Amino acid sequence: MWPMGLLVYYTNQFTYNCLIPNTPKVNHVKIENISRSFKTLNRHVAFMESEISKLRQLSSTLGDLSRPDGDATVSQGDTCVTSAVYGPGEVKVTKELLDKATIDVVYKPKSGLPGCAEKLLERTIRNSCETVILGNLHPRSSISITVQEIQNRGSLLSCCINSTCMALLDSGVSMRYLMAAVSCAINDNGGIIMDPNTLQEQSSVAVLTFVFENCNYGVITVSAKGCYTLDQFQQCLSKCRDASKYVFQFFKDSISKKLSKQ
Amino acid sequence: MVDSVGKVVLPGENLTDLLGSDSTFESSAWSRNTTGDRFSDRVKTWFLKFKEPNIYWVDSFQKRYIPQRGDSVIGIITTKAGDVFRVDVGASELATLPYLAFESATKRNRPDVKVGDIVYCKFLVANKDMEPELVCIDGSGKSAGLGVIGRDGGMLLQVPINLVQKVLSPECVLFKTLGKNLKYEVAVGMNGRIWIKCHTVMETIAVANAISVSQHMTNQDIQKMCSQMADSLVGF
Repeated sequence: MWPMGLLVYYTNQFTYNCLIPNTPKVNHVKIENISRSFKTLNRHVAFMESEISKLRQLSSTLGDLSRPDGDATVSQGDTCVTSAVYGPGEVKVTKELLDKATIDVVYKPKSGLPGCAEKLLERTIRNSCETVILGNLHPRSSISITVQEIQNRGSLLSCCINSTCMALLDSGVSMRYLMAAVSCAINDNGGIIMDPNTLQEQSSVAVLTFVFENCNYGVITVSAKGCYTLDQFQQCLSKCRDASKYVFQFFKDSISKKLSKQ
Repeated sequence: MVDSVGKVVLPGENLTDLLGSDSTFESSAWSRNTTGDRFSDRVKTWFLKFKEPNIYWVDSFQKRYIPQRGDSVIGIITTKAGDVFRVDVGASELATLPYLAFESATKRNRPDVKVGDIVYCKFLVANKDMEPELVCIDGSGKSAGLGVIGRDGGMLLQVPINLVQKVLSPECVLFKTLGKNLKYEVAVGMNGRIWIKCHTVMETIAVANAISVSQHMTNQDIQKMCSQMADSLVGF
């Protein structure tokens, strides 16, 4: 007898871009996948000990570049991303917004031309920044953010968002709160791996990225790819929320170090 | 309460904890209050500073200038448009400077200002909703040092905003120490632009370097650096 409350997600790349409460809305059910997920659920209980729950080493440098108003290079393990923020500055009349700042994000991959995946990344980062930046203080201006991938060894979206947040801090743009992104992957045993590298991401069933804010640790953005159950989603959410506190502390330590030279 | 002064505060941090629950908050340009809990969102990062008897403010460091009414800035004339000049002050849009806002300027007696000139002017109107406006006279119609500068040479330097505030504060000894050894003329704009002029190009460059380098220095270090610089200019 299938319990009423248990529903199954089957989703491709799926992004929320708003403050959502703890219980996510369920979009749809695909009946043909229930038997597969039921097996996954059984194995998940048996293989709890295969979880890896630590983030990789975080490091950052701020203010290396001379031309942008603020910039930051953040590395999570071997994944490294540089962000630069210009603003508030002049904006083209066609892009001008009357009541708030226009936020522009450009993502540049390490090699090759930017394609659709890069556009999706830009859109996710831009929507997260719109929540966080106080655009109402700078109407008819633009805040341009350039994100350059230095090296991608897994958890790229969370590294991009963390480095964007640090660059915004460095530039002095007014923000409501900070944002910290944490990624996790669900492998086929049902175990949850925090901050997965490329191999772990490729061999996983689902990869989820959560972006939290530091007032009430609410969720700003969710980006999820793959096949996972509601239970697994909730577990990932709470693990990532705990891990985000470590990321916020890292932000504070980095800024304090930079300012101790001033 | 006193411990938290000088500490780093970041956006989203709850200031009520730091400052004690009996203090009431005034809304300033850089903070936002939500009703109910007297919970204040810190919107800019950085040091929490304190001034007697009851003012706390957050000091931040940035490179980009945001216009404030009453600030004296250095602007560059980019175009003439009808009755106004359009001036680049390093903000998000060009500011306007009317022809008549110069000392002893009338409709017949136009001021001698060309495109590309550097002007030292003051903000008359500067808020987020309107185009910024500048003037080169004070309330009584006198120029008081404002107007076109740099016709006969000099160098324009761009520095971060916090350096300008440091250099202009009464505790900073940079300008006084430089003045003991060198003759120089300087105009400091709150938009991070500094115009410097000395007798020779080498001295101008030396003063420009001294100003940029003093960003991370204490008063003692500044004095040492200035005396070293004066020695090297003479030839030691």
